[in-house]
Amino acid sequence: MSATATDGAEIARRAEIARLEEIARRIRVAVIRTVDHAKGGHLGGPLSAADLLAALYFRVLRIRPAEPAWPERDRFVFSKGHSSIGLYAAMALRGYFPLDELFTFDAPDSRLQVHPDMTRTPGLDMSTGSLGMGLSAALGMALGARLLGRDLRTYAMLGDGECQEGQVWEAAFVASRYGLDRLIAVVDHNRLQQYGWQGAAPEERLPPHGPGELAAKWKAFGWRTLELDGHDMAAILGAFDAAAQGEGRPTVLIADTVKGRGVSFMEGKFYWHTRILKPEEFAQAMAELGEPLEAMAAQ
Amino acid sequence: MGRPMREIFGETVTALADGDPRIVVLDGDLGSSTKADIFQAAHPERFLQMGIAEQNLMGVAAGLATMGFIPFISTFVSFAVIRPLDQIRVLIAQPGLNVKITAGYAGLFTGMAGKTHQVVDDVTIMRAMPGMVTVSPADDVEAEAVLRYAAVHEGPIYVRLVRDATQRLFDGSYRFELGRAIVVREGRDVTLISTGAQTPRTFDAAELLAGEGIDVHLVHVPTIKPLDEAAILAAAQRTGFVITVEEHTVLGGLGGAVAETLADRHPTPVKRLGLQDVYGESAPNDALLEMFGLSAARVAGQVRALLGRAGGS
Repeated sequence: MSATATDGAEIARRAEIARLEEIARRIRVAVIRTVDHAKGGHLGGPLSAADLLAALYFRVLRIRPAEPAWPERDRFVFSKGHSSIGLYAAMALRGYFPLDELFTFDAPDSRLQVHPDMTRTPGLDMSTGSLGMGLSAALGMALGARLLGRDLRTYAMLGDGECQEGQVWEAAFVASRYGLDRLIAVVDHNRLQQYGWQGAAPEERLPPHGPGELAAKWKAFGWRTLELDGHDMAAILGAFDAAAQGEGRPTVLIADTVKGRGVSFMEGKFYWHTRILKPEEFAQAMAELGEPLEAMAAQ
Repeated sequence: MGRPMREIFGETVTALADGDPRIVVLDGDLGSSTKADIFQAAHPERFLQMGIAEQNLMGVAAGLATMGFIPFISTFVSFAVIRPLDQIRVLIAQPGLNVKITAGYAGLFTGMAGKTHQVVDDVTIMRAMPGMVTVSPADDVEAEAVLRYAAVHEGPIYVRLVRDATQRLFDGSYRFELGRAIVVREGRDVTLISTGAQTPRTFDAAELLAGEGIDVHLVHVPTIKPLDEAAILAAAQRTGFVITVEEHTVLGGLGGAVAETLADRHPTPVKRLGLQDVYGESAPNDALLEMFGLSAARVAGQVRALLGRAGGS
């Protein structure tokens, strides 16, 4: 390969990473704006998952937003359904519905339910919201795809708090038993949950899984386990590329993330799981995300 | 006697799958008990062993349904309804996915397993769940017809099957129709309404009572939801006194459904026979029927007593 071609590929790779990072930023902006508009909603989880969602919806998933029921599409189950605002932001940006529709969140008759409802929202492969269930549904899709001889892959995103549910491990066991190497789980490992285990200080919380423990658990269930920085877009793309190479068993990406990522005063604070933003907090969040209010007003 | 419903299950789902490649069976490690093993022998690639992990099993069925499959779930009622209830609610009933919960070992007959395996509140639970069709066949003939219907029904359906051989009530001319009750015996004095494998025993009770000059009008209700309200109303109006009989708790099941319907639309005295808010226990089938008042003789005795108190004929 000529030096020029190599350079060209590297330039294209960097451009792709920059494009996805910008999409992740726009997802975060949309999350904050939606919660501010609805006067409530989940913040910490959607923000920790934003980079992963950008990669999935704009690079990894083989999907056709104009044809949501395309039979050959990859399947995606958003098991941590309470972070739906992040999911909807990614889907809106990808073209499943207008970005303005995010402002119907929490309103009566909205297609965008607080917990994802496949009977209402175009492009949703499964209803979720009661934690621990999504991986089982994804497993059924992967089994079905194999029975049908379809080439598609099935992805599921879980939270690390959610991995306390026993059903997750039922699914992990059975998926491993069937050697479903086109089933890929992604754990948004943000180390916090709604309330959690209190540490030494009243507002300190201990991570549900100790260092290395979550990966060890998945490995023990027979999964190919890849650990990565869930906010490093190059690492995210590398992990999804590796996951696509089946090795006769399912793959899990343990993505280390920060709850509330992108807004300094939310990062790592359990009480920003859900919260109403004060006007000055909204302004600061927008400024930190590179979306100052003056720019929005000018739009 | 008819044949055990579990054998009917294994054979019927196998026959259905012969003609429909979308049908798969998910087993919860009980294939030798539920007779899903018959299906496995015929269609090994579509027999999906899910192990002892029923919450996952429900989710897998939901996922398969979204891929166009018709999953039949095969395990005991205790593990097909009670344990994975939230999974049924969120992953199957709320999205209305095309999953067939065809569970064996309903009611008291569990091969002596006792109260952990005897489920007597499943009808109450399932009929209360929006979008969940609930069917309780009386014998092997009706069980086969219901299973055949389940395969073509669009959406979730719960079919409550019995482990052991039950008395046969219907012949080969029987046709199942969702939401339609069946007048098994016409009478003038009192209306008995029954469901599931209790109906043949209730029929025998009616025959006993006929010998004493009590003319029973007997309605069999295979579909608890959607309920055949017109048939219930007509049967109530015919005699003015209704007694429900079920191998199930009297709280919220068939008796509850009948009482709700009549209270709303045509207030009529109703008595509910069945398990009076208690659990079962390990005992032979006949002993269980005696214990809970569900043998033909015990049903006849209770009807006789109720008519005496009610001033009936």
